[in-house]
Amino acid sequence: MMNDDPPGLYLHIPFCVTRCIYCDFYSDTRISMAGRLLGCLAAENAPRGMGFSAFDTVYIGGGTPSAMPAGSIALLMERIGGRFETAPGAEVTIEVNPDDVTAGKLAEYRGAGINRISVGVQSFDDGELKFLGRRHDARSAIGAARAIREAGMENLGIDLIYGFAGHTIESWRSTLETALSLGPEHVSCYQMTIEGPTPMARMLAAGRIEETGEELQRELFLLASAALTDHGYIHYEISNYARGEGAASRHNGKYWAHAPYLGLGPSAHSFAGGERWWNLPSIEGYCGGVEGGEGPPRGSERLTARQFDLETLYLGLRTARGLPLGFLSRFPAWERALERLENESCLRIEGDRVVPTTKGFLFADSLPLFFL
Amino acid sequence: MAGIRNFSITAHIDHGKSTLADRLIQYTGLVADRDFQDQILDNMDIERERGITIKSQTVCLPYKSRSGEEFILNLIDTPGHVDFSYEVSRALASCEGVLLLVDASQGVEAQTLANLYLAMEHDLAVIPVINKIDLPSADIENTREMIEVDLGLDSDGAILCSAKDGIGIEDILEAITKRIPAPRGEKEKPFRALIFDARYDSFRGTIISCRIVDGTVREGDIIRLMSLGTTHKIEEVGVFRIAREKRPSLSAGEVGYIIAGIKTVSDTRIGDTIVHDADPMPPALPGFKEVKPVVFSSIYPIDSDENSALADALEKYKLNDAALIYQRDSSAALGHGFRCGFLGLLHLEVFQERLEREFNQGIIMTSPSVEYKFILANGDEVEVDNPEYYPDPGIIVKSLEPYIRATMMMPERYMGAVMQICLARRGVNSHFHYPTSGRIELFFEMPLAEVIFDFYDKLKTVTQGYGSFDYELLDYREGNLVKVDILVNGERVDALSTIIHTDRARTRAKQICDRLAEEIPKHMFKIAVQGAVGGKIIARSTISAMRKDVTAKCYGGDITRKRKLLEKQAKGKKRMKSIGKVMIPQNAFVSVLKTNDE
Repeated sequence: MMNDDPPGLYLHIPFCVTRCIYCDFYSDTRISMAGRLLGCLAAENAPRGMGFSAFDTVYIGGGTPSAMPAGSIALLMERIGGRFETAPGAEVTIEVNPDDVTAGKLAEYRGAGINRISVGVQSFDDGELKFLGRRHDARSAIGAARAIREAGMENLGIDLIYGFAGHTIESWRSTLETALSLGPEHVSCYQMTIEGPTPMARMLAAGRIEETGEELQRELFLLASAALTDHGYIHYEISNYARGEGAASRHNGKYWAHAPYLGLGPSAHSFAGGERWWNLPSIEGYCGGVEGGEGPPRGSERLTARQFDLETLYLGLRTARGLPLGFLSRFPAWERALERLENESCLRIEGDRVVPTTKGFLFADSLPLFFL
Repeated sequence: MAGIRNFSITAHIDHGKSTLADRLIQYTGLVADRDFQDQILDNMDIERERGITIKSQTVCLPYKSRSGEEFILNLIDTPGHVDFSYEVSRALASCEGVLLLVDASQGVEAQTLANLYLAMEHDLAVIPVINKIDLPSADIENTREMIEVDLGLDSDGAILCSAKDGIGIEDILEAITKRIPAPRGEKEKPFRALIFDARYDSFRGTIISCRIVDGTVREGDIIRLMSLGTTHKIEEVGVFRIAREKRPSLSAGEVGYIIAGIKTVSDTRIGDTIVHDADPMPPALPGFKEVKPVVFSSIYPIDSDENSALADALEKYKLNDAALIYQRDSSAALGHGFRCGFLGLLHLEVFQERLEREFNQGIIMTSPSVEYKFILANGDEVEVDNPEYYPDPGIIVKSLEPYIRATMMMPERYMGAVMQICLARRGVNSHFHYPTSGRIELFFEMPLAEVIFDFYDKLKTVTQGYGSFDYELLDYREGNLVKVDILVNGERVDALSTIIHTDRARTRAKQICDRLAEEIPKHMFKIAVQGAVGGKIIARSTISAMRKDVTAKCYGGDITRKRKLLEKQAKGKKRMKSIGKVMIPQNAFVSVLKTNDE
């Protein structure tokens, strides 16, 4: 089942102007270190012996890549382009914060070959945005989306978040409607999970906020799925919707299909040939390693055949593509599991594939266990 | 014989018995300090952790007294729980005296008193020892007074000691030589020995611990175990000095071991008399009885592939525990397993823990049951210790359940609370008396089934640890019994069925349902957990359906993290049992055994 699709390239820019209260990604507010970090990012080598053919996706994520000073993304892309080969027609994405979007930056991104912009909108409700610790308001989010269109970007993605404390069906519906009115090619709807040592986790522990109940989370999930599919979007992964097959994130698809990818930057993960490795989440450690020539400090694992199958199983059941029947039949209990999950309307058979239903998405963490 | 002293140490829990034994062993130089380990006689993990003694242990201490006389002091350490009271009585029957340990900061406790009575029953010399005098909270004068008043012993004879700091150890050893009589018995008479313990050694077979009462025994002798009538040729005799030490012979008054090619401990009986095969049958030593299991439970491997491993483990375990009985059994819910009989609930718990720790066997146990008798319409009487064999209620004419006489001792102030828990457990015909002022000895006749769950724990709780409990089986009495079945999502879980008195059926069924509902994780559908008698539902609890189970993000580092979680969950699933569409974790079966406060 090794996937020989072309590889993807991920560039991690770990800086944020401010940290959102729910975020447990690796990020840092010391933007003054950006110059050094970007220099290292452009210089990092894959581990010895790990070659990659031409990348057909590039994804600049963070952190907040759009918070980088003017010109720095273009410079980074130029240097990366000088070191790695990119396939013609590659999908090149950057994550942006609505506040950072200016005509100048958009022109810079276009010039650097970026053709897909993912905007971290999260909500179109100012009160919610404030609670979430976001810098922008609804107006600037709408403005950013329009500006992106005006700049001639044909692939716009909007990221939304739901199920945080105090979230309601009504406000979620309204956020979804506003998002739809902007006509994005792609929408991601992430359910809030409170984890890690975040301010929100502390608020929860202190009893200042309440965890959203299972029932409401379920309704919010189903509302998003219904609203977006009604408008012609494909619910192609648990949290992701695309306006047509071609609009699905090609880059993210690589993570879910064991396609090769190279991640550069602190905390970035890579995968190729059954081997996974990751840079440790420290800017200093990372830069020191790259500058010293020994490479950034890394962790790694080589997947056993069983681990590979387990990942294939659960990742497959998170996407609308599902899994080939032939693959599932490797698991001893597969027939009984399949029958039960069909009866529960979580899975259905489509030709020679087994695909999850919307209900199946809701129980995605339970499904693989039925086969084990 | 004049130089031998056989004694035991008896104490309320935590009054320092093991520490004192450790000090005596160290003082007599039996173990080099560098080889010493605390609680040296409690060599099972469970004993050390729970601070209890399960198996009797013997150690033979050489001691030269202040006056220069050489003594052999045999310390016989005894178990400390009602389940093993018969073993204790046989160990005490092998002694002439006891050290009665009292904690100087706690004073006389219920168990101290019970121990004193037991010692008096066996006509033993009693040496009171006031321990822990090093503690700031030690109140020696008050403790002396309690020894006088509560125990009726001469407190002038009490020895002051701190086992922890090694104070008073020599005084104790001197007192043992002076105040405990030398063993009686006659070397010239035909050989007789009392078996008070037997343990299994993988190289030598059964090692019998015994007290030689009369005569002499040596290697090569042919012996007969009187109750079983079996004969064996002696391979070795000797004494315990932490390790075994071979001797040419053992004679009247001595305590030691006999190895005679006896394969398992089940081929011996504690309390039995050993004689020479050639002798005309001398009288058996008094006090022998067959111990019979009173609590029954089925065990199943958590992983059903492990059945043969469990069978092997039981066979090995049984080598060293004659009191355990077992036979093959099977359950629709749990697969193949074994029906086991135990001396009591602690015996059952110890068994379960040792099986898990020493034999690495994860097991599921069913609700413990006593042995019921049913008289059927055709006049037959059937004995049933497994709810699976509960007869068709339509043909039962009479149901009988075993009753015990429970003896409880406690300070007077706890009497009301103890009466209450006994009455709640269908106790009848109570009476009580005051063995000493302020202390009550309370008797109740109670159904055994009512005490096997958590009665002892409950008693300890309401008496704040001051209550002691002992029981003897009385007889079978008529009772209104029913079988309660448990249904999960409509499927009967045979392993959870239980025979119970009608009055208790609904409460118990509700408890079981609630416990299961707490322990069974949510499924994608709603699950009814029901208790039923015959076809009638008498209790119900519901597990609501899981509404969602998904995490939103799966990028970069999430992939490995999620896989690891899945690997862990898959492992956990192996320890679950599926009943129809429902997965029941092992914990759920275990939790059912614990009842709530009523």
